[in-house]
Amino acid sequence: MAPRIILNPQQFSITINRLCHQLIEVHDDFSDSVIIGLQPRGILLAKRIKNTLQEILKKDKILYGELDATFYRDDFRKKDLVPNQTNINFIIEDKNVVLIDDVLFTGRTIRAGLDAMMAFGRPKDVELMVLVDRRFSRNLPIQAKYVGCTVDTISSEKVKVDWKENEGEDHIWLITND
Amino acid sequence: MSRKLSVKHLLGIKQLTPDDIELILSTADQFKEVINRPIKKVPSLRDITIANLFFENSTRTRISFELAERRLSADTVNFAASNSSVKKGETLIDTVNNILAMKVDMVVMRHPNPGACVFLSKHVDAKIVNAGDGAHEHPTQALLDAYSIREKHGTVKGKKIVIVGDILHSRVALSNIFCLQKLGAEVMVCGPRTLMPRFISSLGVKVEYDLKKALEWCDVANMLRIQLERQDIKFFPTLREYTMQYGLNMEIMNSLGKEITIMHPGPINRGVEITSEVADSAQSIILDQVENGVAVRMAVLYLLAGRSDD
Repeated sequence: MAPRIILNPQQFSITINRLCHQLIEVHDDFSDSVIIGLQPRGILLAKRIKNTLQEILKKDKILYGELDATFYRDDFRKKDLVPNQTNINFIIEDKNVVLIDDVLFTGRTIRAGLDAMMAFGRPKDVELMVLVDRRFSRNLPIQAKYVGCTVDTISSEKVKVDWKENEGEDHIWLITND
Repeated sequence: MSRKLSVKHLLGIKQLTPDDIELILSTADQFKEVINRPIKKVPSLRDITIANLFFENSTRTRISFELAERRLSADTVNFAASNSSVKKGETLIDTVNNILAMKVDMVVMRHPNPGACVFLSKHVDAKIVNAGDGAHEHPTQALLDAYSIREKHGTVKGKKIVIVGDILHSRVALSNIFCLQKLGAEVMVCGPRTLMPRFISSLGVKVEYDLKKALEWCDVANMLRIQLERQDIKFFPTLREYTMQYGLNMEIMNSLGKEITIMHPGPINRGVEITSEVADSAQSIILDQVENGVAVRMAVLYLLAGRSDD
């Protein structure tokens, strides 16, 4: 079956804006909050959210970091895992952290991400934001607080997120393998 | 870039492909970030036990490996030949198999005999990391040297690197030659004729006997220690004479008209192959090499332990 569009570019931008406003409701001007994107694909959403927030809040600096959880994963030795860059130049001690990934599937990446994050201090509070929540496919008790869209999928299906920066246009696709 | 090493053991640089080396160096980048965190530890190897077998003295390499193992959360056991059953006549295979019987997954070994690691890898069922075998290879030293050059100069490719000193007895020299050439660097060796292996130019390296000329040619100079412990006969009249011809001092450095990077694998004999002034100068990256050693060894252990099909 041909890939199906879940979100087109217009809906995509509405969703990003909604997520930003939801964040502002909770985190106000982000003076005590930080954004952390999970490598490799979560940082694309995290960057977009950070930039949009800075536009809305007219603020030029929101603390933003990129976290790689490869060394904390539980599927080490089951696949060949190549690490990406971690780039967090601040301590998250007593901060409100918004952890961001693109697709929430089994929850295992988020579990590894939570562990990895603790190397940078003890946060006051951690919330999870994802662009796509694949319902009913979780292996661990992990839920996102901020969700772009929810899809029901079976495990043979794939959700792919395209980004303006990489693929030229913002899209979310559902790919079904026959 | 490939996602896994083409080898099961790290026996020498000779067996690695340029892709393997790139993979190790880029993985080391991530570990360098880890060891500069407030909490310098990741849980990747928490289910792995590593035995460090040192049949020859070592300070830097042993501590560096131990730190690398602990920062990956591996369990470690240490073994030094001086106080072991080797003294009572046990063979290498027996010693290692006895240790492996206690469920050890990896062995880091330094041994005075060239090829000891290759031999061991054929007879025991564990992953072997060569931490120096006689005057043969010292692969992790070469990798950390390449990493340090890449960090300082952006790339190794096209750089001119001279290795100065006791080429004949140095495992660092051989591993460095293989590693730097695989990464596309030009390599020269420089030292007294008596300490130059015959046929060394068949490795594709330039040979120079005049230190000043070698330094004028290079971007990076890697100064080696005179390995008196491996010299059973006299290769030069006196250390003083060696220093006069091959010792690196500020006078030569200032006469070059350009800045070159100075490296040394340690331990340094200050005042012999290099003066304190040069070793502690801004052009020296000797302590960066030591720091990078931990990151590079973490990368090697991580990539070997993490291979998915074994």
